[in-house]
Amino acid sequence: MSCARTIAKSALAITVLIGAMAFQPECSGAQEVIEDPPESFDIGLSSSTIGITSEFNGEDLTIFGALDNADARIQRQQRYDIVIALFGPREPIVVREKDRFFGIWINRESATIPAAPATYSLASTRPLRDITSRATRERLSLGISTLRLDGTLPRLGEPRPLLRPRQKFAEALREIKTGRGLYSETIGGVQFLGPSLFRAELRLPADLPIGQHIARAYLFREGKVIRHTSRTLTVVKVGFQAQIDAFASNYGLIFGFVAVLVAIVTGWLGRIIFKRD
Amino acid sequence: MFLHLPIAEISVNLFVIVGMGMAVGFLSGLFGVGGGFLITPLLIFYNIPPAIAVATGANQVVASSFSGALAHYKRGTVDLKLGSMLLAGGALGSLAGVWLFGLLRSIGQLDLAVSLLYVVFLGSIGGLMLNESVRSMLRSRKGTTGSDLRRPGQHSWVLGLPLKMRFPRSRLYISIIPVITLGFFIGVLAAIMGVGGGFVMVPAMIYLLRVPTNVVIGTSLYQIMFTAAVTTVLQAATNQTIDIVLAFLLMLGGVIGAQFGAEAGRKLRGDQLRALLALLVLAVGVRLGVELVLTPDSLYSLASPTGKIE
Repeated sequence: MSCARTIAKSALAITVLIGAMAFQPECSGAQEVIEDPPESFDIGLSSSTIGITSEFNGEDLTIFGALDNADARIQRQQRYDIVIALFGPREPIVVREKDRFFGIWINRESATIPAAPATYSLASTRPLRDITSRATRERLSLGISTLRLDGTLPRLGEPRPLLRPRQKFAEALREIKTGRGLYSETIGGVQFLGPSLFRAELRLPADLPIGQHIARAYLFREGKVIRHTSRTLTVVKVGFQAQIDAFASNYGLIFGFVAVLVAIVTGWLGRIIFKRD
Repeated sequence: MFLHLPIAEISVNLFVIVGMGMAVGFLSGLFGVGGGFLITPLLIFYNIPPAIAVATGANQVVASSFSGALAHYKRGTVDLKLGSMLLAGGALGSLAGVWLFGLLRSIGQLDLAVSLLYVVFLGSIGGLMLNESVRSMLRSRKGTTGSDLRRPGQHSWVLGLPLKMRFPRSRLYISIIPVITLGFFIGVLAAIMGVGGGFVMVPAMIYLLRVPTNVVIGTSLYQIMFTAAVTTVLQAATNQTIDIVLAFLLMLGGVIGAQFGAEAGRKLRGDQLRALLALLVLAVGVRLGVELVLTPDSLYSLASPTGKIE
């Protein structure tokens, strides 16, 4: 613990510099202290806002980034790895388990997952297990199977993962979300375009939730995280979608009457147009 | 062709939704049921969140039942007086139903209660109707007149209670107590199950009140239209769960389907119509029943902490 704190101080300047959230160098073993790395690393989103229109049916989000002052030897050996994950808004969610009760399947046990991201989409240069250890992936919430659902932010320097709520419910949540395309991983989704420039393609699902999404990017050198940064992406409804939504939530009662009126007019017009008697 | 819905916040295929509306509209025009008991499960099956599916289904039912009721009104097969009496009972029933809905949710297992209600009601009503209509068909094949259920002197004691009222359109002179009670009971069911109640109303009017089949359908549609309109306004005002874009697409398909349904209905005899509705009701009931008993594909489901299923 004290080791993590002293190093946190020395890393403070860089933290401010790259505008990251909570950067602490890895401190899993007392002997492996990583000095301030020469490499610098940053990403940029083409737009900080995504507008949901009537035509929105999911899209690919392209993120460009640059890695500077890279060690040419390590680069030749391809021992630099980049992982970028986009975390959707976090919300508590209840997972229910059905059980047979007098021959009928009913919901019996349930568990509340405190803060599962609504969506999660990850891109990496190589398979995650080849990049770094499971412990690191768990600490950083990298990978669907090691994604944290308890609401703690990904951070370095924690000795061991926090205790996980009811494993089978967490697994079920991952499975359901992955099945619906809300959680996705793209191995090879990050590609170097040159010695320093790289590009990441993240898959955004059609059912992208409204709110603040956070893109976190990590730079690994020979399996160790040396830099990380994050960017916020805001998803909003625009145009017709936004107007309908605002009307429905601000003037609920009038909206209801309008909906009934629309129904009656449609039914009446249908009678006139398709009059068959 | 895909469209992102403003309230449901998911992307759907335009043609699937319109087609769904058409199929349900056809059945609605044919049988005089609003189709709520079909459209809501279909929407949920298509990944629309249940709260939105229930409310938006009600909105679509307004359109299809208005269209159907209008067609029946022009042909003089709507008993406005009887329909209004049922409606009065239904309004009281809805209030009681909304209260019961809250109670069931607070003790948990609301989903189970709804499923069991569906299975019991759909199963028993479907079974009774099928039995009756098949026997009626066999009778008419033998040559005896049996297509209409009414035979003089067959009124039960229930219909002879005090507060009698004349319903000329239905050729009835019966007590309004069973009429209002029936309306009330259906209002309760409708609020809990999130449907207009046509599939209960139609057989109840035929078998309990002995209303002629051709008047039943128009009158039921008239009653359903009002119930669904009230539900729509209440849902919009309290939960903001009406997706008007989704509802409009369903209506579009629904009104087209309803016209063809009403036309097809004219070519069928009363007992044939009843047998077909019985089969449909039974099929939905059996499907829900099987779902309760069979091992589900996934034992797990996700829900938001407020209790609605995601």
